[in-house]
Amino acid sequence: MLVYIVRRLGLSVVLLGVAILATFFLHHALPGDPAAAVLGKQYTEAGADEMRERLGLNDPLPTQFVRYLGDVVSGDLGRSHVSNELVTDDLKRVLPATIELGACALLLATFVGISLGIATAMRPRTWWDVGGLTLALAGVSLPIFWLGFLAIQFFGEGGTLASFTGIPGLPLGGRFSAAEIKLGQYVADTPAATGFFLFDTLFVARDADAFWHVVKHLLLPAVVLSSVPTAVIARITRASMGEALIQDYIRTARSKGLPTRVVVLKHALRNAAIPVTTSIGTQLGYLLGGAVLTETIFQWPGMGTYVVQSILNLDVKPLQACVLVVAVAFVFVNLFVDLSYGFLDPRIRVDGDRG
Amino acid sequence: MNNFVKWLLTFLRHHRPAFVGTVLVSAVVATAVFGPSLLAHAPDDVFARFAPRSPEHRLGTDSQGYDILARLVHGARTTLAISLAAMSMSLLLGTLLGAVAGFAGGFADMFIMRLVDVAMSFPGFLLAMVTVAILGAELENVIVAVGLVGAPMFARQVRAEVLRVVAADYVMAARSLGLAAPRVLLAHVIPNSLGPIIVLGTLGMGSAILDVAGLNFLGLGGDPFRIPEWGLILTQGWNKRPDANLQVAVAGLAIFVTVLGFNLLGDGLKDELDPRTRRR
Repeated sequence: MLVYIVRRLGLSVVLLGVAILATFFLHHALPGDPAAAVLGKQYTEAGADEMRERLGLNDPLPTQFVRYLGDVVSGDLGRSHVSNELVTDDLKRVLPATIELGACALLLATFVGISLGIATAMRPRTWWDVGGLTLALAGVSLPIFWLGFLAIQFFGEGGTLASFTGIPGLPLGGRFSAAEIKLGQYVADTPAATGFFLFDTLFVARDADAFWHVVKHLLLPAVVLSSVPTAVIARITRASMGEALIQDYIRTARSKGLPTRVVVLKHALRNAAIPVTTSIGTQLGYLLGGAVLTETIFQWPGMGTYVVQSILNLDVKPLQACVLVVAVAFVFVNLFVDLSYGFLDPRIRVDGDRG
Repeated sequence: MNNFVKWLLTFLRHHRPAFVGTVLVSAVVATAVFGPSLLAHAPDDVFARFAPRSPEHRLGTDSQGYDILARLVHGARTTLAISLAAMSMSLLLGTLLGAVAGFAGGFADMFIMRLVDVAMSFPGFLLAMVTVAILGAELENVIVAVGLVGAPMFARQVRAEVLRVVAADYVMAARSLGLAAPRVLLAHVIPNSLGPIIVLGTLGMGSAILDVAGLNFLGLGGDPFRIPEWGLILTQGWNKRPDANLQVAVAGLAIFVTVLGFNLLGDGLKDELDPRTRRR
């Protein structure tokens, strides 16, 4: 197991190196002159030359790369040339928003997806099965911005549901409404606040109304974002549970007279766990990518909208930082998933020791 | 060819989801081919803006005064063409990389497959966005970006197929019978590795349509006044809510139905080609 872990850690370090190298070249690959972009309206020929010298763009590439590497390692991600804010300050604001949304969506997707997968696997070739699989296939075929649109039309403020039943609809966008609650100000003023609004309202401010306010804003985006991961997890669970449920040890467990619940959840699910864990891990990546569209629909002030803005503005530093953050998140998620195999499947532990 | 038709009919009769998928895809393709000639209006004829539904304009007109039905029907053509171009690019590039990796082995194999691993361990849509940012927000670049992002999946599959087929007994048998290498390749290797590629291509059409639509939704698709693709029709409606709600609804429905069709068909083919899940 130790050899396996060390080898796996080595791979992670290499991947991190590749990510830093790739983001370094991103700076040079983007169209436009970085010096001109920084100068904006004050562009002059001489000014651009001077700026290029000051930004170090005239140095040889290796020198530039070493400087970039040093900056990244010491946590200096530069400034946005549009807002002139430090990218690290921006990230402190947008990352909690994206993580909060993504975590809720993933929890939802894991719970619903595994339940749906087990339910369909236990009744193969029935209408349950067909219905569940069709639903799952529809889930991966939906354009997510269309799903968001439909959700807003039905459940949003002034939507179909609201006008027929009189139940007030859900908010259409944002993490909170500034007119009703001074959450942004509160987080800025309170050192203990984390930027994760669910946590801040419940444990720091201890304000149930504010917490409910935040939950209402989170509900639609989280459900919309969870559609694809739910479908994928359900399909994988269906497939691997279907295979596990016809094994001999399941028949043995049943014939011992164990209750179905124990047989399914302990014997079968345990053995179907590896593909399911892998799919949950890969869905984290989707959540970061898919969040771009969901955040745009619901005007969620997270990393997705931040990436889109920096791409449309050709704002190099924020874009570099976002790609780097996603890459780092990916390396760690994959590392975690791979290491979890050892705990989920004792056979891998033994093989790892030999290798 | 007769055998193929017979196989296809049996497959569709036994596999209901694939049958539904075939019907959906055929309907969209038929719309793209024959639809435009059946329309009363051209997609760039200008009428009153936001006209309601009427016998003249079945789905009303949009914010520019274009007939929405005409835009949608022509959109079937552009959407399929764009996605087909992107998917073909993934297929060609992926097949080339995978075949080289599988045949050459050694360092080339290791290098290509590590590259594929890295590319596949990063969210594809984000990668496509960054690629468009680098190349510039133009339709051609959207196709290139979506095509590039789809390639690694093909590369991985093709490599596995090449390794499997070259080592198979029937290839060995054909060789030991003295068949020339090109004939072995054409008669045995290619037909036997084609199945999974067709499956990936079918599923790839669905994801290409979604990715292109998504990039258009973010405003990275370039000139909005060309003959539109469905993602762009949807986006233009989205920006004019609530007046253009119907436009968003029908454009999204068109995308959904088409992608669902490709996914149903691809899944059915996958089941059919996988000996573990094949019925009969």
